[in-house]
Amino acid sequence: MEKMSGARALMVALEKEGVELVFGLPGGANLPIYDELYKSNIRHILARHEQSAAHMADGFGRVSRRPGVCFATSGPGATNLVTGIATAQADSAPMIAVTGQVPLKMIGKDAFQESDIIGISNPIVKYAFQPTSPTEIPEVVKKAFYISSTGRPGPVLIDIPKDVQQNEAEMKFPDDIKIKGYHPWVDPDVTAIERAIDMLLSAERPMILAGGGVIISGAFAELQSIAELLMIPVVTTFKGKGSFPENHPLSLGPIGMHGHAEANKMMVEADCVLAAGSRFSDRSVGTFEEFEKRLKIIHMDVDPAEIGKNQTTSVAVVGDVKTSLRIMVKMLIQKTIKRGDYPWLKRVNETKEYYRENLKLHNHPLGAAKVLRKLREVLPHQSIVTTEVGQHQMWASLFFDVIQPGTFFSSTGLGTMGWGFPAAIGAKAAKPGVPVLDIAGEGSFNMTENSLAVSVLENLPVIVFVMNNFSLGMVAQWQRTFYDRRMIGIDLKNCPDYVKIAEAYGAQGIRAESLDDIGNAVKTALKSDVATVIDIPIDPEEDVLPFVAPGTPLKDMILPS
Amino acid sequence: MWAIISVLVENKPGVLFKVTNLFRSRNFNIDSISVGVTENPEYSRMTITTIGDEKQVTQIIKQLDKMIDTVEVMRLDEKMSVYRELVLMKIKVSKPSDSMEIMNLANAFGCKVHDVRRTSIIIEITATPDRINSLEDLVKGYGILEIARTGICALPRGGLDES
Repeated sequence: MEKMSGARALMVALEKEGVELVFGLPGGANLPIYDELYKSNIRHILARHEQSAAHMADGFGRVSRRPGVCFATSGPGATNLVTGIATAQADSAPMIAVTGQVPLKMIGKDAFQESDIIGISNPIVKYAFQPTSPTEIPEVVKKAFYISSTGRPGPVLIDIPKDVQQNEAEMKFPDDIKIKGYHPWVDPDVTAIERAIDMLLSAERPMILAGGGVIISGAFAELQSIAELLMIPVVTTFKGKGSFPENHPLSLGPIGMHGHAEANKMMVEADCVLAAGSRFSDRSVGTFEEFEKRLKIIHMDVDPAEIGKNQTTSVAVVGDVKTSLRIMVKMLIQKTIKRGDYPWLKRVNETKEYYRENLKLHNHPLGAAKVLRKLREVLPHQSIVTTEVGQHQMWASLFFDVIQPGTFFSSTGLGTMGWGFPAAIGAKAAKPGVPVLDIAGEGSFNMTENSLAVSVLENLPVIVFVMNNFSLGMVAQWQRTFYDRRMIGIDLKNCPDYVKIAEAYGAQGIRAESLDDIGNAVKTALKSDVATVIDIPIDPEEDVLPFVAPGTPLKDMILPS
Repeated sequence: MWAIISVLVENKPGVLFKVTNLFRSRNFNIDSISVGVTENPEYSRMTITTIGDEKQVTQIIKQLDKMIDTVEVMRLDEKMSVYRELVLMKIKVSKPSDSMEIMNLANAFGCKVHDVRRTSIIIEITATPDRINSLEDLVKGYGILEIARTGICALPRGGLDES
């Protein structure tokens, strides 16, 4: 046992968890932590806003599949983290947020920079700790990492009062911890998996719906084996985009509000679906009642509370999706089950071909499909792609094919504008050897563009691919569609100049006004040592189509006319 | 549908807040809640009654189970469990004969009588909600001045040997 301060114990505990870098901002109530950070080997990446620090940790966590860590001070520092924490929670991303708090004696006195972050964050964290003695810190950190990274991952908050950081005590670092009410490991029910196989084999029009759980658990190979052995077409949720190679003959792409036409169309015709790691969000299924009407649903999920929450299931398999799918693959191989050709495949292929040839694309030299297909052409397949939130995000869903599984990340649950850029920086920190690109809209990029400083100064060069339509495009689309073109609050008036913004931060700014420009700009950016912002003026009038209006079933998809 | 849920939780600050906040944020409804420490001081038992359809109740139980501070979540069958609520009623005494009548009723319901005054009387009943409601109906005529209820607390019938 060694005597040390709470702040020192935090650093030792983080190092024991293998933490090599943290994203954060210092302030009055976490200075003791920063003083120990100064003495430790952990790298600090100084964010320019706590929300961005959280998004960076989130991006780091999703890519490395271990918790990203962010630091913030008390009061506004902590409340600024809230959007970042909520984003991670909505997308089940592992994250540890460490906040400073006013000293124990001051809590409840409305002290300067005091906020009840434990109370505020309650509905948006997987768990929150507030150690009241320095001796608790080693165990709290161990538990926090355990909770954050196991089962359905999520953000865990550790709120440490300043005196708890400062006070010294004899510390004991546990090797093992047990939490009585937390059982993240559930062995999948083998007989349920057997029933699932029977159901899929006896179905005439089976479908696989791959969700974010496939990406989180890294079950790409298992998913592909099952699809190929059973010859079942694969659709994904938006969060599951890229869980299955989108150039694979069995791939139909994402379903949902802005799903691929062929994916929505075939999902509606299917009679049985294997949903792996999906929570059936309203954005994916349209209306819950209509979705489950004709369908036998096999639901695999690590979170038992997701079973039956939004959809009634025929077979439920609770457990890690990768483990469940692996058991299924083994069974198929043992029983030498391999499905040959059957009528459904023909129907699916014809539909896919029909829409790929006949879906009308926007007639503009820089229509979204052309722009994003050009990007795909020049961007290496192993590159990590993040997005912001809005039209560009849905266009990415429609027109940017993810070839290498697990390389596409987006704020899909909370839909946080401004997430993509700091998350890309976090992703770059996790995988410095891989190109990282944020498909952005200028409205979203506005929200966290000051992270350019971080990208430049911390040598984390990422590419921001701004599809600039000079407006809050998705809102504009809804105003055109549902509000009789009463356009309000959407005009960004081409301000600021993104090339100059990039240059002001010491980054590279390129304006790309043709498809050739785009190709060249991306190639230049890929070779650059600093961040690159590519500003692409697109047509402000282009809508995202196909479109399933909110609260309507997938079958009522609106196609471009 | 009325459901009784028994939740064994870690006995530490903030857990009650988290449980009630879960009900609020998921748009579930708490009909009554009672909390107290158990035979093991590390745990408290919460008895929560709620109203919802089968799907909602199942979902509430799953969400409670998912909470890290809950150790055990059980739905109690009304027939297979003992459930009681304690209620204090302050009843108005308008004329001398009221006292005697109220005390007789109280006796018939197995109530305790407290704080007998010239103008009011407090009776204490521990019973099932149905029985409490019947008594409340009967004394309403005298005028109920104030009521305080603990909420239901419950345990499943039988012992470990029977399970």
